[in-house]
Amino acid sequence: MQITVTVNDDSFTREIEPRLLLIHFLRDDLGLTGSHWGCDTSNCGACVVWLDETPVKSCTVLAAMADGHRVRTVEGLAARGRLDPVQEGFARCHGLQCGFCTPGMMLTARWLLDHNRDPTDEQIREALSGQICRCTGYENIVRAVRWAARHEGTGGGAGPGPGGSGGTGPGATGPGPTANEVTW
Amino acid sequence: MTTGRPYRSAYGPVRRKEDARFVRGRGTFVDDVRLPGMLYGAILRSPLAHARIVSVDTAAAEAHPKVKAVITGETLAARNLAWMPTLSRDVQAVLATDKVRFQGQEVAFVVAEDRYSVRDALELINVEYEPLPPVIDAERALDPGAPVIRDDVAGKADNHIFDWSAGDQAATDAAFAAADVVVTQDMLYPRVHPAPLETCGAVADMDEVTGKLTLWCTSQAPHAHRTLYSLFLGLPEHKIRVISPDIGGGFGNKVPVYPGYVCAIAGSMVTGRPVKWMEDRSENLMSTAFARDYHMHGEIAATRDGAILALRASVLADHGAFNGAAQPTKFPAGFFSVFSGSYDLKAAHCQVTGVYTNKAPGGVAYACSFRITEAVYLVERMVDLLARELHIDPAELRMKNLLRPGQFPHTTPTGWEYDSGDYGKTLRVALQAAGYEELRREQAGRRERGELMGIGISFFTEAVGAGPRKLMDILGLGMADGADLRVHPTGKAVLAISCQTQGQGHETTFAQIVAEELGLSVDDVEVVHGDTDRTPFGLGTYGSRSTPVSGAAAVVAARKVRDRARIVAAAMLEASAADLEWADGRWQVRGDPTQGKTLAEIAMAAHSSLDLPDGVLGHLDAGAVYNPPNLTFPYGAYICVVDVDPGTGAVKVRRFVAVDDCGVRINPMIVEGQIHGGLADGLGMALMQAITFDADGNCLGGSFMDYLLPTSVECPSWELSETVTPCPHHPIGAKGVGESATVGSPAAVVNAVMDALKPYGVRHADMPLTPANVWSAIQGTPLRTGLALN
Amino acid sequence: MQVPAQVEYEKAASVEHALALLARYGPEARVLAGGHSLIPMMKLRLAQPETLVDINGLSELSYLLLRNGELRIGALTRHAQLLGSAPAGEHFEILHDAERVIADPVVRNWGTIGGSLCQADPSEDLSAAFAALKATMVIRGPGGSRTVPAREFHTAPYETVVAPGELLTEIRIPIHPGGGSAYEKVGRRVGDWPVGAAGAALWLTGGTVTDAGIGLAAVGARNFAAAEAEDFLRGADATEENFARAGQIAAEHCRPVSDQRGPAAYKKHLAAELTVRALRRAAGRAWREGT
Repeated sequence: MQITVTVNDDSFTREIEPRLLLIHFLRDDLGLTGSHWGCDTSNCGACVVWLDETPVKSCTVLAAMADGHRVRTVEGLAARGRLDPVQEGFARCHGLQCGFCTPGMMLTARWLLDHNRDPTDEQIREALSGQICRCTGYENIVRAVRWAARHEGTGGGAGPGPGGSGGTGPGATGPGPTANEVTW
Repeated sequence: MTTGRPYRSAYGPVRRKEDARFVRGRGTFVDDVRLPGMLYGAILRSPLAHARIVSVDTAAAEAHPKVKAVITGETLAARNLAWMPTLSRDVQAVLATDKVRFQGQEVAFVVAEDRYSVRDALELINVEYEPLPPVIDAERALDPGAPVIRDDVAGKADNHIFDWSAGDQAATDAAFAAADVVVTQDMLYPRVHPAPLETCGAVADMDEVTGKLTLWCTSQAPHAHRTLYSLFLGLPEHKIRVISPDIGGGFGNKVPVYPGYVCAIAGSMVTGRPVKWMEDRSENLMSTAFARDYHMHGEIAATRDGAILALRASVLADHGAFNGAAQPTKFPAGFFSVFSGSYDLKAAHCQVTGVYTNKAPGGVAYACSFRITEAVYLVERMVDLLARELHIDPAELRMKNLLRPGQFPHTTPTGWEYDSGDYGKTLRVALQAAGYEELRREQAGRRERGELMGIGISFFTEAVGAGPRKLMDILGLGMADGADLRVHPTGKAVLAISCQTQGQGHETTFAQIVAEELGLSVDDVEVVHGDTDRTPFGLGTYGSRSTPVSGAAAVVAARKVRDRARIVAAAMLEASAADLEWADGRWQVRGDPTQGKTLAEIAMAAHSSLDLPDGVLGHLDAGAVYNPPNLTFPYGAYICVVDVDPGTGAVKVRRFVAVDDCGVRINPMIVEGQIHGGLADGLGMALMQAITFDADGNCLGGSFMDYLLPTSVECPSWELSETVTPCPHHPIGAKGVGESATVGSPAAVVNAVMDALKPYGVRHADMPLTPANVWSAIQGTPLRTGLALN
Repeated sequence: MQVPAQVEYEKAASVEHALALLARYGPEARVLAGGHSLIPMMKLRLAQPETLVDINGLSELSYLLLRNGELRIGALTRHAQLLGSAPAGEHFEILHDAERVIADPVVRNWGTIGGSLCQADPSEDLSAAFAALKATMVIRGPGGSRTVPAREFHTAPYETVVAPGELLTEIRIPIHPGGGSAYEKVGRRVGDWPVGAAGAALWLTGGTVTDAGIGLAAVGARNFAAAEAEDFLRGADATEENFARAGQIAAEHCRPVSDQRGPAAYKKHLAAELTVRALRRAAGRAWREGT
């Protein structure tokens, strides 16, 4: 069967088997390997993407169900080369180690902040409770989301942010597209 | 006049270089690798724990239009590849030939055009089994008449693997005999599984023209794997390239060579095309390296006023159907003999018996530091039980018995030389940070109201950074690691290392090491790792060994570069090398800072037509292989506070205070991240994680629905602090920290829950302390975890 | 990751169309709503339907309405929508209590109420909650609609009265003012299926129980309900003692199974303990309502 899905604002039409899972459509058919998979039972959340602005576990959704709909993946988080504040927050606050759960975590965090501008730690933890991280013990993920909440609209990082972004680290060290600050 | 750039140490909370790609979803994990013409492999696995294979009929699978090859044990046996060596000098079936010996064991391998049709093809293979009685309970494995699992080994008539002991038995017996008080306890450290979020897998590409095999693989030790493949497959080693790209967590699960990797290689050889094999989660949990499964009997002897005299332990180790435990050759029970802990003991003795059962192979994994998780759990539980027996506060009892600073270096009763430590200080910092006195007062108040609150302490000494090559090898490969450092003419450096990050941040921390030694900025140093064609030999990353071993190699290489730079700088400055000193990140004339050269200036000069003195060729490059003189001994004090609901048995971890001493901290932000992750491990193991089996050998922990991992909701906000006691023998005084928290935390949580249940007279209950287990313990009948919980 | 077997796919454009498709493809066709019960089973190949009838486009089945003294929930309503619905929460706190502990926030975005009920897992929290509320299910078939009480909806583990060719379209809950309700669950970890769970709905006049509904999940209660305990409470005073007795009666009539979540004895204990806690909280909310 044929499906047409808008992924990160681009339209894709492909011939697929009905049983194809959305995560495989994104990774194998479209080459968007930023979303991952890590389990068989919809528990781990490594596969979280947005389907019509709603985080879903794409391992439990058929690509066919996305026909005519919009999908956003981690590749679509940054806008025109500028990192989203969530991405910047994760980098600044060491909210990732191996990076495997990170795309899903960031997409859920982005959705949370779109709906709740100043979540409490409890609300952040609750929002992420369907997604597993094996590396970070969640502490710095929570800090990363809090950082992003406080720095919305300062435009994340793609160079020194306008008006400074409150980083407390060594400061930008010369040329390069990304600021080097940490918040620790 | 200096260069105008203020000198600043490269150590500190530097932002990670690897994050640039990960936050953009641009990592390259093995399943992201796509090669032209690539095929997909899948493994057919045994549904039974113990059975004879009567027949394997692959005709229907081979007839599937998208199937390119079907490989069985028989196919491999014809090429002498059906059995492969394990990391413990046992053998393991790649694909079963005579029998299957655990549920999930590999029986056949199918290669097809895509991941969906290969899965369909698996169902077309018909295997006829003749079931055999399985051995599931390790405590029954050595019963006379127990079914023999390893009848593939000539003359094998039982399920016994090894006996091993350490310590002075006579001295220990004497200490026990003379003691006022002896406390004994059986305790199980249940089978758990590291479950990295990325499962194991490989893409094998055998190039028929060049004869070179390229293997992308989730390997924590790519060079060791390369050597093993060469020996096992008979391929010349220079024709094998192992690439560990980005790895989504290892935790020891990705140390062994798995049958799936070998099958992928065989598949590529047979089809002439690249073959990808990625296991699914159930395969990961059911067939790859599990951890622990130690049935322990602990005894502690003390005087009436709380001086601990001796410790004794006997252990039954369940190794599964093949002995695949990954630890140095001379240590079949790993470093379990550090069970004497952090205390000043007269004597200690331990004895470990390893047995086969019809379960997956493994045992050493999941941040265990080679069985130190088991050892620390045992000793810290025993100390708490002793405290209870003697009616002494567990913090006070520990403080009384911890080794004192003046006692270092200290040789333990089982022969480990702890090099440094100020244990009392670390425990005091923890008690202070936790507000221990206040917590005990709160607990007293809550007890009066019938509320269950518990405070648990764990003090641990790790032994990591394996290790001195004379003492430590894996399959004959000494555990030394190398580093190659190149400095380009413009002063940028490339460090090639042999260890293998799976999230620990080596691209950043190793750059910081070199930057610190050479006065460069961290951005000026690139770290290359993971590709055996581009990096020096080493034994990889596990056992917290990267900083102690590879880190030291990087320092040594950098200092060699710096020494060569000195010679060139002397020529540039027309001074003698002896008159130069290294200050502010450059070589300068002693007493005249206006006369100095940065590494960049020196590098360019070294490549130029400058007349170079003896000792330097036209570059600064240098390499090193570091053979550590000893292990390193990070340590820590952990305090856990729990609240238990007596009506349901549910446990809530309210607070967790962790004070770690890992010596010099290159990047404290990364150090703390490592600790956060390990603490979550401990909480998970203490409260919810276990791979259990029923009496027929069906694995009940084969998915994340039943093998439960902690989420952001169960984990409290970890409270960290540190003390810094530099390692005296490491070039920069660092000790390593990757596994410390996983080692130290389970006992803190369990001690806390047992403390909470004190009003009910509960002495001990095994992990995982699920609500059902805690409630059952309150009723006086804690659950037995090894088999299914009923 | 495991993947499903081959399957055919049809997308329904309306409820009539869905019914026609189900009729056409027969009993080997399965309704695909959120898919968070069905697709995992298909991946493990425990379910191998021949055809999927995708009803996600049927927005006419996704609603939360107050009508005719009832809260009416369209079967395609997502868990997250029920949790986010203020009217649903005001009238039936038990539904919000239960939704908060069902699966996880991301799964709740896509899984549907109807899907969970039709999956008919004996541990399904919503089954217990709707049993406590004495809800009614509306089922559409080729011949029209029929209603079935929630307590008669499930016939066996994983089986309901919804026949092949039929569609669960709506759940109706009668609104009787002055009530309070609550849900209590014990799981081994957040997001886990319950080891044991109890929901209670109480209506009080003065300090006396005028009506009670008790639903139980995962403890082998018949029809997810504790009818005998309800009978005991009706007309009794809303006291701790009576709640404890009701809990005991509820536990007596359960037949839990020992498994990895816990032994039967523990689950029986939970049936009693959680019934008491749910009653206590429901009573507290009913009293607040009444003042």
